[in-house]
Amino acid sequence: MPEIQQTTPEERLEALAEGLEEQFGEMGCSIVRAYSELTMVVPRDKLLEVARMLRDKGEFAFAELMDVCGVDYSAYGRSEWVTDAATDTGFGRGVEREINIETTVSDRFAAVYHLLSVIRNTRLRVKVFAGSEPPMVPSVIEIWSSANWFEREAFDLFGILFEGHPDLRRILTDYGFVGHPFRKDFPLIGQVEMRYDPEKQRVIYEPVAIEARTLVPRVIREDNRYESGQAAGTDQDRDAADA
Amino acid sequence: MDRLDYMSMMCNEHGYVNAIEKLLGIEAPLRAQYIRTMFDEITRLLNHLLWLGTHGLDVGAMTIFLYCFREREDLLDCYEAVTGARLHATYYRPGGVYRDLPDSMPQYRISSRRSEAELARRNENRQGSLLDFIEGFTQRFPKYVDEYETLLTNNRIWKQRTVGIGVVSPERATQLGFSGPMLRGSGFAWDLRKKQPYAAYDRVDFDIPVGVNGDCYDRYLVRVEEMRQSNRIIKQCVDWLRANPGPVMISDHKVAPPKRAEMKEDMEALIHHFKLFTEGYCAPPGEVYSAVEAPKGEFGVYLISDGANKPYRVKIRAPGFAHLSAMDEMVKGHMLADVVAVIGTMDVVFGEIDR
Repeated sequence: MPEIQQTTPEERLEALAEGLEEQFGEMGCSIVRAYSELTMVVPRDKLLEVARMLRDKGEFAFAELMDVCGVDYSAYGRSEWVTDAATDTGFGRGVEREINIETTVSDRFAAVYHLLSVIRNTRLRVKVFAGSEPPMVPSVIEIWSSANWFEREAFDLFGILFEGHPDLRRILTDYGFVGHPFRKDFPLIGQVEMRYDPEKQRVIYEPVAIEARTLVPRVIREDNRYESGQAAGTDQDRDAADA
Repeated sequence: MDRLDYMSMMCNEHGYVNAIEKLLGIEAPLRAQYIRTMFDEITRLLNHLLWLGTHGLDVGAMTIFLYCFREREDLLDCYEAVTGARLHATYYRPGGVYRDLPDSMPQYRISSRRSEAELARRNENRQGSLLDFIEGFTQRFPKYVDEYETLLTNNRIWKQRTVGIGVVSPERATQLGFSGPMLRGSGFAWDLRKKQPYAAYDRVDFDIPVGVNGDCYDRYLVRVEEMRQSNRIIKQCVDWLRANPGPVMISDHKVAPPKRAEMKEDMEALIHHFKLFTEGYCAPPGEVYSAVEAPKGEFGVYLISDGANKPYRVKIRAPGFAHLSAMDEMVKGHMLADVVAVIGTMDVVFGEIDR
């Protein structure tokens, strides 16, 4: 096994960011650096090409795919409570569960890949937006075998189709399950409930009888403690501590 | 978080609080970092002892199971002494740990089922503080590991059942997303505690055992050696914790709740308490991935925040999920009896796999 470089995490991140920019900048990939982590947003049609290079090129050497997960961005930044304006009627604890969700936007779903290089000791997050309904992303199973179950999970929970996956079945939800439970428009209480029916003498499914309720409303507050300058400072401190 | 991998409870908590702390840009006090390190290692021992016992049982060794559970009992008592819970501790909190280590160790009480001599024997180790108890354990423990090794390491049946079974080459190990002892068993000296240190791991001294052949036997050796190394780390943490008292929680009451006593007198503290427990705190928008070396491998938490008081998306990357998905490949060409050995060597706990 090649020697792991004796460098600080900060230096490795810097070098990686430069290398990525040089290699993939022209292919339409954008690189974001935040919280001492790198995120590269890759266009959908370039994913396989980029992934192969990330794995095989010695300067990246991302031999391991640690995680694949889906994200549904349709309710991003929506809160259930108004916090920046006063009302004359007061705020109630009860909230409308119906957040208006745009289900038709093209960047609603993303597949997020977490890569690890055990040789270079670096991590990279690759994000691919999956396009409009049905969301579709090429499968990376040919490049990293570990993608198999992770992609099945993302398909099950979000309905993201991984093109080229040899066995794209549900993996977590029940047999005969309808819908994709991690989508933001899927109700938290579910669609159906199950009980034993003594008359029919078997287990039956029915539409849920309980009512959705929110105990702690979702609130977004403008918080100036985390303004960019301060956040950057803590970021560096943390890196120094890591080193 | 405790309920995910219910055999390595505090390591799961560690992954989650690390992610939150990274997002909030806060850091737990050093004493809390050491306490976390110590309890992570106690958790590793708990996990590896359970693994060793049940793996042995699966493959046909009965005695090892009884031995391992004897030691687990002591360690679970440490959990109980510090949190009140034996399994689902919720001890690590964003900004530190819930409370400092107790000054006394709970003792067995008089009961009609125990003689006085028996009572005295059981309470012998429990006269001092929790740290005394843990230190006593670290002194006893290496001998126990020797006992396990006597039972298994050169045992002919054990070797027949594990040597050359479930061999994973280094290339396949990385391809299949292995981590932790599964990756080290195949020859990678990869340990997040060393390579991407968190908590106080860069301040303690320990080695990473590495396997050669990538079979069940090598992974067994790796885990047994890890137990010895964990013991070493615990010992160092005990020494440090004895010498360095201090806070175990940050004093920022926007994140950490104020003390009960303060709330009785201080309006500000009362408001903080109310806000924290009705609404929580809003993390800044952004996304972080934080991974810890859980006993089973890389336990990662991917957290997306949109600035709200609830996370927008939490994805838990459980090591067992990736390991179990490799099952198909690992058992191919083996006998049915070897499936048992392979399941044992993967150290899977289903709480983290179907989440």
